[in-house]
Amino acid sequence: MSVAQPANRPLGGPSFRRLLRRNAWTLGTYVLFLAVFGFTLSIHPDYGPYEVRSLVVGALPLAFCAVAQTCVVLGGGIDLSIGAMMAVANVVAARYMFHHDFQTAVLVALLVLVGGSLAGGLNGLIALRTRVPDIVVTLAMSFVWGGVALLILPKPGGGAPIAFMEIASGNLFTPWVPNGLILLVGVVALVWVPIKLSRLGLALYAVGSDRTAAFRRGVRVGPTRVFSYALGGFFAACGGLALMMSTGIGSPLAGTIYTLSGVSAIVLGGVSLAGGRGGVMGPIVAAFVLTLVPADLILSGTDPNLGQVIQGCLIVLVVMAGGLAPLLRNRVTRKTDETTLSAAA
Amino acid sequence: MSAPAVLLETRGLSKNYGAVVALRSGDLSVQTGEIHALMGANGAGKSTLVKVLTGDVTPNAGVILLDGREVRFGSPASARKAGLASVYQDVSLVPLLTIEQNLRLTGTTMEAIRPWLDELELEDVDLTEYARDLPTPTLHLLDLAQTLASLPRLLVLDEVTATLPADLSERVFRVARRWRSEGRAVVLISHRMTEVKALCDRATVLRDGTTVGVVDLETSGQEEIVSLMLGPEAASVVVSEGAVADSAPAPAGDAGAAVEVRRLRSGILQDVSFTLRRGEVLGIVALEGQGQSDLFECLSGNRRPESGQILVQGKPRRFRHPIDAIGAGLVLVPADRALALLRQRSVLENIALPMVSRLERWGLINTRAEGRRVKSAIDRLEIDTRAGSRVMQLSGGNQQKVTIARWLATGFTTLLCFDPTRGIDIRTKDQIYRVLRELAASGSAVLLFTSELPEIQLACDRALVMFGGRIVAELSAHDATEAALLRAAHGLGRGGGDSAEQAS
Repeated sequence: MSVAQPANRPLGGPSFRRLLRRNAWTLGTYVLFLAVFGFTLSIHPDYGPYEVRSLVVGALPLAFCAVAQTCVVLGGGIDLSIGAMMAVANVVAARYMFHHDFQTAVLVALLVLVGGSLAGGLNGLIALRTRVPDIVVTLAMSFVWGGVALLILPKPGGGAPIAFMEIASGNLFTPWVPNGLILLVGVVALVWVPIKLSRLGLALYAVGSDRTAAFRRGVRVGPTRVFSYALGGFFAACGGLALMMSTGIGSPLAGTIYTLSGVSAIVLGGVSLAGGRGGVMGPIVAAFVLTLVPADLILSGTDPNLGQVIQGCLIVLVVMAGGLAPLLRNRVTRKTDETTLSAAA
Repeated sequence: MSAPAVLLETRGLSKNYGAVVALRSGDLSVQTGEIHALMGANGAGKSTLVKVLTGDVTPNAGVILLDGREVRFGSPASARKAGLASVYQDVSLVPLLTIEQNLRLTGTTMEAIRPWLDELELEDVDLTEYARDLPTPTLHLLDLAQTLASLPRLLVLDEVTATLPADLSERVFRVARRWRSEGRAVVLISHRMTEVKALCDRATVLRDGTTVGVVDLETSGQEEIVSLMLGPEAASVVVSEGAVADSAPAPAGDAGAAVEVRRLRSGILQDVSFTLRRGEVLGIVALEGQGQSDLFECLSGNRRPESGQILVQGKPRRFRHPIDAIGAGLVLVPADRALALLRQRSVLENIALPMVSRLERWGLINTRAEGRRVKSAIDRLEIDTRAGSRVMQLSGGNQQKVTIARWLATGFTTLLCFDPTRGIDIRTKDQIYRVLRELAASGSAVLLFTSELPEIQLACDRALVMFGGRIVAELSAHDATEAALLRAAHGLGRGGGDSAEQAS
C-alpha cells in the first residue's frame, strides 16, 4: 500500500492539470510572446500585414536553427556548428540557384537538405566514435563548416529565383498569414511530429534523459545519438535556405551568429540543456520573441547596444523564473509525501 | 517439475577496464528450477559477471553457453531476446519518460505486463506519471514487472532488495519462488545472508573476480560461504560476528555529553530529544522514512530545524551550512558514497578535501603535511588504493572507507554515520564496526543509523528506535535483539519494557 500512495498524490491530480503542469514552460513562452507582441502593437499602432511578414521572414532562420539545436539537445548532445552549417547551406543555395529556374532551385534545395543531414550526422558520428566531448567536436567542426562556406562563396553574393524566395516571403492566402509561417509549420509537422510520435522519437528522449537506462531498455544508443545530430543538420539546412529566402543573397558569415541565438532560443523555449526535456514549439515561439524584442527596442528609440544588454537580461530572468517553479513544486510535493507517510504511521 | 537441466553455463569469463580487472575468471552454472545466489565481497566481480550475462558489457574472454550452445550478446536487448534479463541495483527506467513510454520503449504491451503489476501489487500506480516522480522502491518493482513481462528463462536480480523495505522485498521473493516452481531460474545477488539462506538453493561464490566455489545451501551454512568469500588467509579475521561486541568497552557512566538534541522539529521530526555521550556508539533504528534522514540532515547542517536546539558540548549551536557542523566537530558519513566523494578525483584529494583549509600556507596547500595525514588515515582503515587515482574505480566498501578516512584525517568529535554499510560486504563491514568502536574508545561520539538490525548489537552501546518522527524506545545493547528492535520499529508496544521481557 505504501507503494500505491504516490499515485493518489494530490499533485498527480486530474489529467488536464498535469498536462498544464508538464507544458507550463511552453505555455509561459506563449504568454511571453503575447506580452511582447502586445507591447509592439502599443508602440506601433499601424501594425499591418507588412510588419507581420517581416517578423516571420526575420524569425524564420532563427526558428529553424532553434529546432535544429532542440533535436540535438533533446538527444543529450549539443551542436555548436549549426550556425556554420546554416552558412554552408546558405552559400550553396545562393551559388547554385543563381540565374537558374525554379525547378533547378528546388532540386538544389533538396540536395542541400540531404547534405545538411549528412553533415550533421558526421558531427554526431565523430563525437560518438572518438569519444571526444560533443562540445569540443562541434566547436571544431564549426570552423570546418565555416571554412567550407568561405571556400564556396568568398564574399556575399549569388541569389535565387524570385519564385523560390516567394516560398518564404510571399503571401499565398491572406497577407496576414505569410508563406514563411506555413513553411515553418509544414516542415515541423511533416518531419518532427511523425518522429516524435514514433518509437524513434521516444528513443531520442530516452537517450537524452538517461543514456544508461536507455541502453538497458534496449535502445540503440549510438545510432539514436547520430540520428539526433543528423536531424539537427537537416533543420540547420532548412535554416540556411530560409536565410537565403529572407535575405535574397548568400553570405558565408551570416549563418555563424545563429549558433548562440539558437541556444538562447531553446533555453528560453524550455528545453533542458541536460537533455531529454522540452519540445520544438517552445523554441520556435522563443525565436519569434528574440526577433521581436530587438526590433521593438530599436522602434522605441533604445540604444541598440543597450538593447543587447536588455535582451540578455531577459533570457536570464526568464530562465531563473523557470528554475524557480520546479523548486517550489518540489517543496510542496515533499510536504505532501511527508504527510502521507505520517498518516500511514 | 522436469528434471533439472543446466540452463546456463559460463566458463572463464573475464573483463577488465584498463588496468583494473573487474572479472578474472567467472564460472557459473545455473539449472532450471533453482534460485541461485551469487555471492562475494564488494568488488569480487558479481555485478560485472551479471552485466556480461545480460549483454550490458562485452567480456574480454570466456564463453557463455545457453542450453549448451554458445551465445554472444551485443546489448541487453539481444540477451533479453535469448531469455536472459536482469533487474539492476540502480533503476533502469528512463526518468524523464512516463512509465507507459518506458514500457513502449522496450515493446512491452499492457496485456503482457498487467498480470505482473497485479502480482507485485502495483495495480494502483499511475502509469502516466514520469518515472522520476515516483518513489524509488516503486520504480524497482515496476522495473521488475517489466522484466517479468518478457518471461525471461533466467531472471537476474542484482541487489534489488538492498534498497527495498521488508514488505516489498517479500513481493520480490514471491516472484522468485514462482519462477523456480515454473521451471525457470533465478540468479540472486544479495549481501543479506539470511535472505540468501531462506530463498536460494545453491550459491556460487566469487573472490577477486574468480569463482572460488559452489555451495549447496541445503547442506552447508553461512560459515562456509563466508570463509570462501574471505579466502584462506582472511578467514581467521572474522571468527564470529559477535567478536566485535565482546571487545566493546562498557559505556562510561561519567562520560560528558558530546551532542544534546532538545525538542528538535523539522520535516516529520516531532520533538526529538536525546543525548549522545562521548565515548559511545549510539544506534538509531527505524523503518524507511520515519524521520531518521531529517535528524541526520539537521545534525550535519544540511537542513535547518524548524524549532528545537542542538547543543554541542553544552553550547547551543545553529548550523546554517555543513561547514558550521564540521566546524563544531559533527561530520557525516552518508549511505550514498556518490554524495560524499568527488568521483573523478584521487583518494588523496578526497581525503584531504575538508582539511585543506587548515594546511594552507599563504594560500598554497602544504602537500607534504597533507600526504602524511592522509597516509595515516589510509593505513588505519586498510584502504585498498591500487585504483586510487580515481575514487569511482574503487569498490563500494573502499569508497565508504575513504569517506570515513577523510574525517579521520580532518579530525572530529562526533561521527554521524547514516547507513554506512549499505551494500558493503561482510569483511569491510567488520572493519567499519571496529573503526567505529575504536573511535568511541578514544573519546569520540558516534551516531549510527543502520537498516541492518543485527549491526546494533555488534557496534552500539545503546539504541534509539524512531517511529513516525518520534523516538519511541531506548534499548541497551544487551536488550537490542532483532525481535525487540523490530517490534519497537513497527510502533508496537512501549519498546523498553517489552523488549526487556523478550530478552530475558
